[in-house]
Amino acid sequence: MKIKISGGRVVDPVGLKENEQDILIEKGVIVETLTGEPDQVIDATGLAVLPGLVDPHTHLRDPGFEYREDIVSGTRAAVRGGITAVAAMPNTKPVVDNPAIVRYIKDKAEREGSCKVLPVGAVSKNQDGKELAEIGLMAEAGIVAISDDGKPVLTADLMKKAIQYAAQFNLTVISHCEEPSLAEGGHMNEGLVSLGLGLRGIPTIAEEIMVARDILVAEYVGLPVHLAHLSTAGSIELVRQAKARGVKVTCETCPHYFTLTEEACRDFNTSAKMNPPLRTQKDVDAIIAGLKDGTIDMIGTDHAPHHADEKQIEFGLANNGIIGFESSFALGYTYLVLPGHLTLPELVAKMSTRPAELLNQKMGRLEPGYPADITLVELSKPFMFDKNASASKARNTPYHGWMLRGQVKMTLCDGKVVFPW
Amino acid sequence: MQLRSKDLLGIKELSAEEINLILDTAETMKHVLSASSKKTAHLQGKSVVTLFYENSTRTRLSFEMASKFMGASSANISSSGSSINKGESLVDTARTIDVMATDILIMRHSQSGAPHMVAPLIKASVVNAGDGMNEHPTQALLDLFTMRHHKGSLQGLEVAIVGDLLHSRVARSNLWALEKMGAKVRMAAPSTMLPKDLDKTPAIVCPTVQDAVRGADVVMGLRVQLERQQKALYPSIREYARFFAIDDKTLQLAKPDAILMHPGPCNHGVEMPSSVYDGPQSVINEQVTNGVAVRMAILYLLSARRNG
Repeated sequence: MKIKISGGRVVDPVGLKENEQDILIEKGVIVETLTGEPDQVIDATGLAVLPGLVDPHTHLRDPGFEYREDIVSGTRAAVRGGITAVAAMPNTKPVVDNPAIVRYIKDKAEREGSCKVLPVGAVSKNQDGKELAEIGLMAEAGIVAISDDGKPVLTADLMKKAIQYAAQFNLTVISHCEEPSLAEGGHMNEGLVSLGLGLRGIPTIAEEIMVARDILVAEYVGLPVHLAHLSTAGSIELVRQAKARGVKVTCETCPHYFTLTEEACRDFNTSAKMNPPLRTQKDVDAIIAGLKDGTIDMIGTDHAPHHADEKQIEFGLANNGIIGFESSFALGYTYLVLPGHLTLPELVAKMSTRPAELLNQKMGRLEPGYPADITLVELSKPFMFDKNASASKARNTPYHGWMLRGQVKMTLCDGKVVFPW
Repeated sequence: MQLRSKDLLGIKELSAEEINLILDTAETMKHVLSASSKKTAHLQGKSVVTLFYENSTRTRLSFEMASKFMGASSANISSSGSSINKGESLVDTARTIDVMATDILIMRHSQSGAPHMVAPLIKASVVNAGDGMNEHPTQALLDLFTMRHHKGSLQGLEVAIVGDLLHSRVARSNLWALEKMGAKVRMAAPSTMLPKDLDKTPAIVCPTVQDAVRGADVVMGLRVQLERQQKALYPSIREYARFFAIDDKTLQLAKPDAILMHPGPCNHGVEMPSSVYDGPQSVINEQVTNGVAVRMAILYLLSARRNG
């Protein structure tokens, strides 16, 4: 199969440029020249052509919680959002802590998935925070990183061992930074809004103390660590200082941390309940500044589908998290590129190239030899985000009805059109 | 004038005019209470249900008495002994009660915002009888009624609220209400029981109980909520009592005609000694009586609104 994508504005997240050029695809790979006439010409006139987005932080809920999401529905939602590879966190049931479950996820994704699924293995057996999981055997089966996401790695000792042992298998630890003694029982950011709603708060230091700890551990052993879903101004400042002195720390944030504040929890809106919680405008400003100056390397969705019965209940009992695949690029474009915080190539680097580097994947570039994972986006026309059009099984999003720009029109994975279906 | 909403979810949702309307109506109801025949026909033919997920003596009984005095048929459900124990969700429980021709559903729940979630989903009027650490609006209204009765006006009144401010829905509702009515609120607690950013609200946060009480017109103690105590917030009961109780000496710092209030139930010897609780300045039992009158007023006003 030979494909030509013509007439589009091709975004280069490496050279940080945009050019009018054709993209040529043969046998699922981007090539310099085709060996003959194309079998298919995709007219991308008026559209931006991006490398497929790589999401470093997602929950597909498969195996174990298929009533919320599974690999089929989750990857369909991903490609509808222009995402061609998703790192799937291991807090499934059973936990991804052994090679058999890694193989189950990879097999199912290859057979039935719409995009690539990159399993993340657990740091500890059953995510109990006690003993290391079989990281080497899982690496052999195809994990791309390790994380106890959803739970913090409780002890500094285990974090140190995990960073050291994972590095031997060329894997990075993705840390969910949360000091449980401070976060326990909390349902939203601690401050004036939590006081007004009578909800227990989670202080910013619950995140920052663990950010500081993990930076110090990584610095001590001289190895990389990746900090997931950072939400506070203090966390960003800690990472900024660490990077300045050469610590191998990378980090991500999520669209909700630069588009929403704790105010969204007013009226006990469980669509705004997540962990880490939505913070204040000061934190949002710091996140944006961190994205601008490169302190924050990448953007992940933390796509966290939940059943309506887990969200349409008392705020304190509702599950944490929101779905994110189908709104993330448009939120990034509308809230980071349009106001001039990032250029489009910079945004694409943070949503594709940099996550691919973290996960050691040959993805995230539109260069010959790279897989033809490609996303076509309409940038000029606003559209209304409608949760009911989602391909996910879940509907837990605070963005329903928002007017956004940056709608995904087509997604190719290994040269195959996977969206629209 | 009538109430704007079908529900009474919190003080935050009420205007000063609505608060005055409730307090004025409660004055009339108090006359009914002191009459030899306590029957009125205000709620004749109406159905009132109380749904309590937490224990209660005063609130629940006073709502029940209020409905009965006004001729409503009333029924009670609590979490023990109902399908709630079988795991039925709050929404399903509320809808079930709603479709039995219920006019007013009075709800107490350990989760903040529980009545706010239920109210838009059912036809019955929802009255919040306490939700988590959020609000206890009818308690604040009866407290205001009691203050107004003794002090004439709430405008400019100096009110000291002392105790477990972190967990107290009574303190929150009183703060929002007193702010709307133009009173000044001073608060004091062990520093581990002060919610973050309390100093950014209209409350004046005082370093000691004595600083809060000094010169006050009203002194209000709060119950130490042992059941909401997640973590040790103070070293011991006796240390709490030593530094944070409203004792006789502390109360003397208030204005000579100051009144002493407590929402009950009181841990005697912890929040205050019995000598203060039963002392001449205490209006604690009066608060309970006024609670019936205020709840009669609320039920009547919500019912009147439903009748159009």
